[in-house]
Amino acid sequence: MSGLTFDIAHMLAGTLVLVSFLELYQDRLYALLNTFAVHAFVLTLSVAWQAYVQGAPHLYVTAAIALVFKAIIIPVALHRIIVRLGIHREIEKVVGVGTAMLIGMGLVALSMVVMLRVTAGADPLAREDLAFALSVVLLGLLMMVTRRNAVGQVVGFMSLENGLVLAAAGAKGMPLVVEISIAFSILIAFIVIGIFLFRIRERFDTVDLQALDRFRGERL
Amino acid sequence: MSLDAVAAILLIPALAAALLALLPGYRATARLNMLATFLTFLTALSLLLVRPPAGPYLHVDDLNNVFIVLTTFVGFTTSVFSASYIDHEIEIGRLTPIFVRFYHAMYQVLMFAMNLALVANNIGLMWVAIELATLTTVLMVGIYRTHEALEAAWKYFILGSVGIALALFGTILIYMAARPSVGEGLDAMVWTTLIEHAAAFDPALLNVAFVFLLLGYGTKVGLAPLHAWLPDAHAEGPTPISAVLSGLLLNVALYALLRFKMLLAANPQALAPGPLMVTMGLISALFAAFMLYRRRDIKRMFAYSSIEHMGIITFAFGMGGPLANFAGLLHMTTHSLTKSAIFFAVGHVAQVKGTQRIADMGGLTETHPVLGWGLVLGVVAIAGLPPLGIFMSEFLVVTSTFARAPWLAVLLVLAILIGLAGLFLRLNTIAFGEPRGPTAEATASYVPMFAHLALVLVAGIYMPPALVVWFQNVAKLLG
Repeated sequence: MSGLTFDIAHMLAGTLVLVSFLELYQDRLYALLNTFAVHAFVLTLSVAWQAYVQGAPHLYVTAAIALVFKAIIIPVALHRIIVRLGIHREIEKVVGVGTAMLIGMGLVALSMVVMLRVTAGADPLAREDLAFALSVVLLGLLMMVTRRNAVGQVVGFMSLENGLVLAAAGAKGMPLVVEISIAFSILIAFIVIGIFLFRIRERFDTVDLQALDRFRGERL
Repeated sequence: MSLDAVAAILLIPALAAALLALLPGYRATARLNMLATFLTFLTALSLLLVRPPAGPYLHVDDLNNVFIVLTTFVGFTTSVFSASYIDHEIEIGRLTPIFVRFYHAMYQVLMFAMNLALVANNIGLMWVAIELATLTTVLMVGIYRTHEALEAAWKYFILGSVGIALALFGTILIYMAARPSVGEGLDAMVWTTLIEHAAAFDPALLNVAFVFLLLGYGTKVGLAPLHAWLPDAHAEGPTPISAVLSGLLLNVALYALLRFKMLLAANPQALAPGPLMVTMGLISALFAAFMLYRRRDIKRMFAYSSIEHMGIITFAFGMGGPLANFAGLLHMTTHSLTKSAIFFAVGHVAQVKGTQRIADMGGLTETHPVLGWGLVLGVVAIAGLPPLGIFMSEFLVVTSTFARAPWLAVLLVLAILIGLAGLFLRLNTIAFGEPRGPTAEATASYVPMFAHLALVLVAGIYMPPALVVWFQNVAKLLG
């Protein structure tokens, strides 16, 4: 593999991690959605580049799905939901921005150490891709943990899935079955969430999950 | 592909789901639901006699055949219970016909997804099926649309998705490990091919993959500390779904875990998966046993009991060896049967009393003798008292552990005893003493409950030699 193809793949995957960090400190819903659209767009580029490098045309399909569904349809739809429901535009967080960024850096370091060590035998491109993918997955998890807002958690979950797609695209020759199904499951998951958001609204007049916490546990 | 039995156990629920989504009315569709699950069960039984050869997507061997027969059987009996349960829910107006139509269709989709996860020969396909099963149950848990049901469904959805995402990452890593020796493409995800070549895989990659798979699928099994979704989902959804969750879906996730454990066991350099499973199993069992005491909601209490038993089963499979694996399989079977029987009873009890609060129930054996004593029998069984089946399997787990790691066995016995005490403390309030709460007649179907309990009783007294040989074969397969 020539140096340039490797560098470009490396750069795109690294950008995805960077955008994950951007998502981590957004405190407005619209800004968060826009950042997520960028995240999905970077993923599209990254997957398309993998398709080109590996000569695997089916990966272009995955890239197209990422572009159409995740970078366009889902952010637009969530935008509309926010407008329609008139949700608070600010995202409540459990920990401060500084703490979240520090934890995020720790997670990235962790995934580098773990993945680079265990994949010593694999080809360098796949190694880097996996290490970055795990970082994105862990940052997505962190985002879900630190957000109190339902939309914030959903975005966290979707960027986590972006990390998984990156990993699947990096694993050379992985059958199409899985990629399509990932896209499919995101779609289904989205519908589910959409229904839930509407129902939460119907019942609580808020999409802030703290309102739900009152009903936690034993019903007495 | 010709239409064989494996395809049939997938096609019947799929067709039934489509049909049930279209048909109005609820009495006839409840019967159709029963019929479909019964046909699936019969087809699953035929797999014992004729077994089609493994393909790249589907296969049946001794191991998953146990799970398939158990799943389709409990699926059938639960659909019988569900018919009378739903009848009552419609009468009191808790569910509207449109939701019942949705519920029945989803029930079949769930059966389809679980069967697919069990017969899948492709680790990617297995993952997709488990994800589908998760999404269907999320929708069913939220079906009552109350505050609690929505919160439970949301929690289940978020934790379940995180679990399933981690499992996918593990699956990708397995593919990466397999690629150098199996080659690119479909083959590197086919389980029967993977197990043949497992010895040549990179052990470090396998280890990391297993950690992700254990955390991912372990969330679905309900192992502590990833169990938080389980009590809520059990307590707030319709009771037939609690029965299916506890009795079947947890097993399906455990099955996925076992497949990957076999993969690791086939590689001599890889980490031994046993100790990890033993640790998580033991922690879950102990934790859940202590949690049983403070429960005031009847379904929540039995949900914690499910965590305890899944912990014991995971512990047994983690110990490994022919005897412990045999005990684990037996325990899984008897637990599924008993726990779903208990939920059948609990469902009717909660309907009669109009609440799930334990404090509002009392003297059930006086007011509703059949239901009350059925519940007592179920709790006696689940607590692990002789002569019922769970006593047998727990006894086997404990004795096989004593021979190899006495200290672990002490902890396990402690968990079982604490759980037993907690259950009986609450059972005393519910079943005996002054009658409390409404005492209206129960319109219940007792057949599924007593059929399960009878099977558990038989398993405790006499196991047919054919069954013993079968389970022994599977135990050997598990290594």
